[in-house]
Amino acid sequence: MSKKDIKVALIGNPNTGKTSLFNQLTGLTQKVGNYPGVTVDKKQGTCKLSATQNAIITDLPGTYSINPTSIDESIVLKTLLKKDIKESPDVILVVADVENLKRNLLLFSQIKDLEIPTVLAINMVDQMTRKGISIDLTALKEELNTEVVLISARKNQGIEAVKATIIKCHVAAKATPMCDNKKIDPAYFDALKAINPDYTLYELWLMVTQKNFPEGISKQEKEKLLSFNKDGSKLKRYQHKETIYRYQEINKVLKKTYLVDKSKATDVRAKLDKIFTHKIFGYFIFLLVLLLIFQAIFDWSSLPMDLIDTTFAELSDFARGNLPAGVFSDLIVEGIIPGIGGVLIFIPQIAILFLFIAVLEETGYMSRVVFLMDKIMRRFGMNGISVIPLISGTACAIPAIMATRTISSWKERLITILVVPFTTCSARLPVYAILISLIIPDTKIFGFYNLQAFTLLMLYALGFVTAILGAYILQKTLKIKSNSFFVVEMPNYKIPSIKNVLLDVLEKTKAFVLGAGKIILALSVVLWFLASNGPESYKNAEQNTIEKVAGTNVGADALQQKIAAAKLENSYIGIMGKFIEPAIRPLGYDWKIGIALITSFAAREVFVGTLATIYSVGSDAENTATIKEKMRSEINPATGKKVFNFPAGMSLLVFYAFAMQCMATLAIVKRETKTWKWPLIQLFGMTGLAYVCSLIVFQILK
Amino acid sequence: MGYISEESLDSIPLKLLEMGCLPGAEVRLVQIAPLKDPLYICVNGSHLAIRKETASEIKILKSE
Repeated sequence: MSKKDIKVALIGNPNTGKTSLFNQLTGLTQKVGNYPGVTVDKKQGTCKLSATQNAIITDLPGTYSINPTSIDESIVLKTLLKKDIKESPDVILVVADVENLKRNLLLFSQIKDLEIPTVLAINMVDQMTRKGISIDLTALKEELNTEVVLISARKNQGIEAVKATIIKCHVAAKATPMCDNKKIDPAYFDALKAINPDYTLYELWLMVTQKNFPEGISKQEKEKLLSFNKDGSKLKRYQHKETIYRYQEINKVLKKTYLVDKSKATDVRAKLDKIFTHKIFGYFIFLLVLLLIFQAIFDWSSLPMDLIDTTFAELSDFARGNLPAGVFSDLIVEGIIPGIGGVLIFIPQIAILFLFIAVLEETGYMSRVVFLMDKIMRRFGMNGISVIPLISGTACAIPAIMATRTISSWKERLITILVVPFTTCSARLPVYAILISLIIPDTKIFGFYNLQAFTLLMLYALGFVTAILGAYILQKTLKIKSNSFFVVEMPNYKIPSIKNVLLDVLEKTKAFVLGAGKIILALSVVLWFLASNGPESYKNAEQNTIEKVAGTNVGADALQQKIAAAKLENSYIGIMGKFIEPAIRPLGYDWKIGIALITSFAAREVFVGTLATIYSVGSDAENTATIKEKMRSEINPATGKKVFNFPAGMSLLVFYAFAMQCMATLAIVKRETKTWKWPLIQLFGMTGLAYVCSLIVFQILK
Repeated sequence: MGYISEESLDSIPLKLLEMGCLPGAEVRLVQIAPLKDPLYICVNGSHLAIRKETASEIKILKSE
């Protein structure tokens, strides 16, 4: 960032096309970071305003007002109150939806009173004629005393005008406020203003109402400000008065500049609402959408996943054949290449899931689902909005837990956070996929539905049902009082913009691969090390095996396999697996699965990577079968039966459905709940449940 | 269809007020969810879903 770059903060109501504008301005220069201290994503991008001028654009979370009711919204307030020259924005770009201009202008009027140069971009103007709206732009600019630009972010109209206006506004003099709170109670607000004249009256008022103090405020001033906060009911009354006063001012402006010809309004929205929120069709359509998503992640992703699987197996073979023998090439062939393959194999499924969620949110359908489901979810101690985390949870629990931030009731939010990890995330999918393909025959039931896909569907159902039941129990046992308050905007239906959807999918997939991928890759290397090193008995394993078989009639190939097996058994990781074997034997697992269980506590998907490493360690160059085939042929030497038989496989599926095996999720729960109590309850509660259920399943099926 | 009464000013949560539920504003009930709750209303151009308990705090003067 060079010194003269203009810092622009992008602010607007949800559903105003703020993200579309951000995408148009910044394109692929977007970077997602974190705000210090909180986990809210900070999206930034660079925009070339003119040949000589660049801007750094920050996309702030969507909000209806500067007075926050959720963590996401409080970021907006914090950013705007900052007086730090490095961080505070030079220009604020407020995005408004032409159809809801009145409500959008409330936020605009609040921002205007902060006296930071402000540009108003009125979006979706391509809809104006269809909706019968007309705007007197010149008069509006004059009335608001602000630069106003009419744009259509999706159609890429008016973007150049926005850029030019930012430059113009940046050099212009200080902005003027729109409303004057002194009108509510002159004496009260004069006294407030006297505390620190460096801040605008509205900034000081926000500090009082929100108890949010920027660094420049001294301790003395802070106490004075807090004294204004003492009379709660007066404060509330003044906030109410202020809001009404703002709307009065806005109405005055709009009366002169904004016209709606209601006869031209179409009722597509009403017709669609009738169908999507219908008492029968509504739920039926939602069910169909869910079925489509699950069918898609299993069907569409199988081809690219198989391709990734075999490519990496071949790559390993190629590297083995072309690298000089030694520890270094062992690390590459047996540790790093399978490790990277284990990360990349998720991309198809995660991308498809994120794609569906992005489309459902873009179209406005998701809000209808929230509306339909609120009453049901409330019975289980959650909120209609909890549906979004529960669906997102099928991709990954981490973004899902972050999506609970819009739930304003703490109890409903906490319950949602606690049960989200039960939903079948994509990290479980590779485990499920490989186990299902090993123990469930590839036949069709009812003549058309694939039995393997059906099993997967049942596992999803198991996850959802457990999540819902868990929520019900938590609702009855958690003694937390919090008022549940629920307001959800029902946005207009829209055709999703391909650019928005693709950028969203790209960003989320990238974050997942880089975040979880690091853990998986690092673990793969550690595993390889643990599997190819060991104490004294490991070093003697080769010699001992040769001595043991001496004199018997064993072929060279069989001898090599016996040596490899003996080595693995005596390696560090073999010792760890054997250590826990007594505890997991009643569940039907051997020590090799034990190793995979241990490593899965870092992240579930490591199960597959671990077995890949375990089985490829000690195999010879000409015989690198893919992991699936290796698992299929694995025989338990103690029983002589296949390791992955039906009872053990089912027991493992149940274990993975319930157990809390994701360090990244635990870390995020800790951050969101600000205590270790809840993640620890998740870890022991879920894993304990998994152990008991797997035990029952194996003992019954055995 | 109805109008928000001036009396209910103090009981309306600030967030609803900010989203357009102002005293004197026209409210239209668009739809009731299949399980009789929440309500889908249109007020001042905003389409909102609110729970019955919240809605019960808003006094409405019927116009029809």
